[in-house]
Amino acid sequence: MLVAILNIVIFGLLMGGIYALIAMGLNLQYGVARVLNISHGEFIMLGAFITWFLYAAFGVNPLISLAIAGPLMFIIGFILHRTLFTRLRTLSPTTGAYEGSSLLATFGLLFIIQNIALAIWGGDMRGYSYLNFGVNLWQVVFPANRLVALAFAVILSLAFYVFLARTRLGKAIRAAAQDTDAAGLMGVNINLVLALCFGLGALMAGFAGLLLSMIYPIYTTMGLQYTVIAVVVVVLGGLGSIPGSFIGGFILGIIGSIVTTWQPALAIAAYYVLFMLLLLVRPKGILGR
Amino acid sequence: MNSTTATYKRLLVPGLFFLILILLATFPVYGSSYNVVLLAAILMYVVLTVSWTMFSGPTGYISLAPAAFFGVGIYTAAVLGKMLPLLAVVVTGGLISFILALIVGTITLRLRGIYFAIFTFGLVVLIKELLLFYEIVVTGTRGRFIALVDNTTIYYVTFGIFVALMLTAYFIRRSKHGLALQSIGENEEAAAHIGVNVTLLKVLIFAISAIFMGATGAIMATRWTYVDPYVAFNPLFSFLPVLMAIFGGLGQLYGPVIGAAIFAYLEELLLTKFPYYYMLAFGIILVVVILYLPGGLVGLIQRWRKGGLAKQSANT
Repeated sequence: MLVAILNIVIFGLLMGGIYALIAMGLNLQYGVARVLNISHGEFIMLGAFITWFLYAAFGVNPLISLAIAGPLMFIIGFILHRTLFTRLRTLSPTTGAYEGSSLLATFGLLFIIQNIALAIWGGDMRGYSYLNFGVNLWQVVFPANRLVALAFAVILSLAFYVFLARTRLGKAIRAAAQDTDAAGLMGVNINLVLALCFGLGALMAGFAGLLLSMIYPIYTTMGLQYTVIAVVVVVLGGLGSIPGSFIGGFILGIIGSIVTTWQPALAIAAYYVLFMLLLLVRPKGILGR
Repeated sequence: MNSTTATYKRLLVPGLFFLILILLATFPVYGSSYNVVLLAAILMYVVLTVSWTMFSGPTGYISLAPAAFFGVGIYTAAVLGKMLPLLAVVVTGGLISFILALIVGTITLRLRGIYFAIFTFGLVVLIKELLLFYEIVVTGTRGRFIALVDNTTIYYVTFGIFVALMLTAYFIRRSKHGLALQSIGENEEAAAHIGVNVTLLKVLIFAISAIFMGATGAIMATRWTYVDPYVAFNPLFSFLPVLMAIFGGLGQLYGPVIGAAIFAYLEELLLTKFPYYYMLAFGIILVVVILYLPGGLVGLIQRWRKGGLAKQSANT
């Protein structure tokens, strides 16, 4: 019994690390830059496919691809914000109008990115085998690639948290999260900071996609389900709260693991029920202000 | 001179409208059977888009629930199709969607704009997942077969829904409720202070718009022989009406009609041949419209006409 519970919790934590990474990325984009990025999952898919491509074509170790896939996503995200979203932001009369129009623009991005990927790679499942052996920890056997993915998810999240808490730029981002206009008046280059946030969000998505591709088969339409998970975790943890997203990711991972053991077909439904209850009872999330 | 042009204009719009209606009503008499099917599909998108705009246009609440109501209609037809006559099935589909929308609206319309969008999208996936679970675990199948109906009947029922919707949308726009709805979109707190019963109005219009989506789902289901939850609750039926409405322009009643008609026709032309490029073009057009044409096609036409008028007055 105890082993079974431990098993469920640990598998939940393994998944939760990646959920946390995805949600922190979206939280930067929505919590700070005010773009509810429905195409977030497409960046995850791109990160996964770039890693797979580099591995299949050139035999590049997936962990080395971190240095390629991540920065590439960052550049795409940064340019997108500098061109598309900055223009939308200056055109919109209110924050509410900007949130609405940028949400719709990211729908457009979803269609664009997904269909370019479909045209290049087709709709088939892809995958590769990396560190695919069992590791015995406390009488339970874990796949090594999952443990590596969890370790990297935690390391990346913590590094990011330190960046936010300890650096000058991190301070500017936190200020922009609290009040964009006031931060601008205090001398923060707001367009640059928001574009950096959006780019960093895309970077996290790219990392998450890379880690996912080590564990699961990947396909070009995989994005939307991860976007949905990211939105649930961001609302669960609290908008604009990076620690909230981190903890929320693990909570959702464990919930998913419990429901999957009980009734696998209901995992996504359970996320939604949780999400809807949360919106009705505590829309601020667990760590939101 | 001025008064004659005014009467001429006053007669022109309803006259054009009736002409189009008559052309549409008699279409199965002279159109080929392929074109009847095509026009029914176009009307389906027009109904989904206009009913989406009825609520989301003036209020600014982005609803991503159309696929949920559409899917509910489809499943009504799948379950009741063999028991009840066609019209009763269509009406039931509309009514069930109405009730669902009342419930959803009452719980969610207190939410701030963007949360409402996520919540309504969640509704689509939630219903799909629960239904899938029910079908696989309880009934032991995945999909259902639907009794077929001939194309002319489908066309006339869709046309009937379209006319009913246009009349409803027109009269709501013209009534004080339309104005109240507009004021909710501009400033909800101020609207509540003037004495608009904000919650009741929002929930009611949201539910009325759902009737037409559900009814369309019920009639369109008869075109497919087989449905499963993936087909019925395809999120595209939530995204496409939003895109079509924005492409056409939300400001006028005819904007969404034009937007939906153009896109539905393009879909028919391109989807079978270049599926990826069609959806890619869809995305690009959406981004371009949001960036450069905030008023959609209608906004473009109005700007162009205003430009024309300005030139005229400059000449005199």
